[in-house]
Amino acid sequence: MDFIFKGMAQGLIWALLALGVYLSYRILDFADLSCEGSITLGASMASMLLTKNVSPIIAVLMAFLVGCVAGAITGLLHTKLKIPPILSGILTMTALFSINLHIMGSANIQLNSVPTLYTQLSGMLHLSKTYLSLILGTVVCLAVMAMLYWFFGTELGASIRATGINENMCRAQGIDTDLTKIIGLAISNGLIALSGAFICQYQGYSNINLGVGAIVIGLASIIIGEAIFSKVKNFFFTLGGIVIGAVIYRIVVAVVLYFNMPTEDVKIMTAFVVIAALFVSKYANKIGKKHPAAKHDKKEEPSIPEEKEVKDNA
Amino acid sequence: MPENNTPMLSLKNVVKTFYAGTVNEKTALNNLCLDLYPGDFVTVIGGNGAGKSTMLNATAGVFPIDGGDVFIDGVNVTKLPEHKRAKYIGRVFQDPMMGTAANMQIEENLAIAARRGKKRTLRWSITQQERAEFKKMLSILGLGLEDRMTAKVGLLSGGQRQALTLLMATLNRPKILLLDEHTAALDPKTAAKVLEITEKVVSENKLTTLMITHNMKDAIKHGNRLIMMHEGRVVVDVSGEEKQKLTVEDLLMLFSRASGSEFASDRAMLSAE
Ligand SMILES: Nc1ncnc2c1ncn2[C@@H]1O[C@H](COP(=O)(O)OP(=O)(O)O)[C@@H](O)[C@H]1O
Ligand SMILES: [Mg+2]
Repeated sequence: MDFIFKGMAQGLIWALLALGVYLSYRILDFADLSCEGSITLGASMASMLLTKNVSPIIAVLMAFLVGCVAGAITGLLHTKLKIPPILSGILTMTALFSINLHIMGSANIQLNSVPTLYTQLSGMLHLSKTYLSLILGTVVCLAVMAMLYWFFGTELGASIRATGINENMCRAQGIDTDLTKIIGLAISNGLIALSGAFICQYQGYSNINLGVGAIVIGLASIIIGEAIFSKVKNFFFTLGGIVIGAVIYRIVVAVVLYFNMPTEDVKIMTAFVVIAALFVSKYANKIGKKHPAAKHDKKEEPSIPEEKEVKDNA
Repeated sequence: MPENNTPMLSLKNVVKTFYAGTVNEKTALNNLCLDLYPGDFVTVIGGNGAGKSTMLNATAGVFPIDGGDVFIDGVNVTKLPEHKRAKYIGRVFQDPMMGTAANMQIEENLAIAARRGKKRTLRWSITQQERAEFKKMLSILGLGLEDRMTAKVGLLSGGQRQALTLLMATLNRPKILLLDEHTAALDPKTAAKVLEITEKVVSENKLTTLMITHNMKDAIKHGNRLIMMHEGRVVVDVSGEEKQKLTVEDLLMLFSRASGSEFASDRAMLSAE
């Protein structure tokens, strides 16, 4: 059973990545590829500071802050230089590769000999590392979910949500959509870097390639979470669904590794889980009843061009 | 009907050219001049491509203009970006999808609109008092939306969305209300209902309004002034009693005279129904 708990513990810290990806991909409707760079940035920053004997809490907070800066840069590239979202993200990610190497000073940092959040807390609480990381991961995820729930309920948060849905409406209502995108991307990448800061401490080392494939892991977690929690309306529980999606993803990986399946098969198992999740959600939607008003709306749409044509030829 | 010497909206020699310097170059606004006085309800007609929407977009600051100035209540707003100008302007678009956030609740949309021109802070996005006010305003629309305040706007029909957008545009009394064929995508019955609501909202708040319409009867029936556009300029401008007496035939005549083109072909561009 221990391998399951370990998978869950890892899932809870990778969940921060999933939440960050959810902010950009779903809330802002911005396919942000800088996340692969910012998760490594968080890990690099935190591990570099830890080796300099900075307190783990401060190292984690600094990782969050530099992640925010990275996200803001992607946002600036997109809004001020009008670079398309995908390319803005790729540019930041590429630049971050060099920056991460500079921060770490090498491609690897070992954290075995320095105090981390986990070694400090397990010393204080007399808990095994697995249980400690389960508790810590749960607390951190709940805290982040609560903060996101609050933030996106505020005036500023609502305008960021609206930006991802209808920019045109936002500008007509006086919202500076450049600013809301930059803030949204900053928070998104801050969370992703936070995830990196926990990951490196959990596994005891940091590596320049830590972020490879992060976007897929994030998206897979979101898809699994949304599929299972497709009926959930409350934003807090939607976020909870993403966290659980990330945990499920990590459990799958743990199972693959436990049964000594070749590690190459992790990716194909992921693909199967995501396909299964999509299948389940599609099936659930089919049997679920549609709102009558939604049907009405659909019927009305095709009549719009017809109506115009009649008028033009009158 | 000038009640005041400062126009509420003043477009001075506004020029807007799309694709300048290419074979597709199109001067959509050609030294356009227009003054609207407080309380003016101006209906705008003109053929396709006459520059009507471009005039509204230039007023709202959707794009920078190539020449001229835009004044709102005496303030030169030519250089203000769209989101800053929104403080003075309420807008409803032709496409019912454009004016609201489909994936947000009715009350959330209204709360966003209630903060037009104000700073968006870290305070909660909607207050209990606002909820009560929104409920009252929605019930005046007579569409039953007051009982569906937490429903997603995407579930509403086109007509309901336009009525909601109109409410959002006028929630903070704007200095100018811009309506760009906001009933053109609706079936005739719904269009009539939305126009009725428009008439009510505009007259109750004495809003200075520009309303583009394809329908000449509507253009005659509503407002105190009617302008016709052609090739990026105002070519006909009638108001007061003269406007009250207009008929569709008069308008067609005026249009063919102003545009100097065939009566029959222009007839196709404007509808009498
Ligand atoms: N965003 C735009 N980009 C390029 N051309 C445009 C744009 N908007 C309008 N035009 C052109 O400007 C002219 C006027 O268009 P418009 O103002 O939409 O006319 P109307 O609303 O009177 O039908 C048309 O030739 C149109 O093709
Ligand atoms: Mg138009």
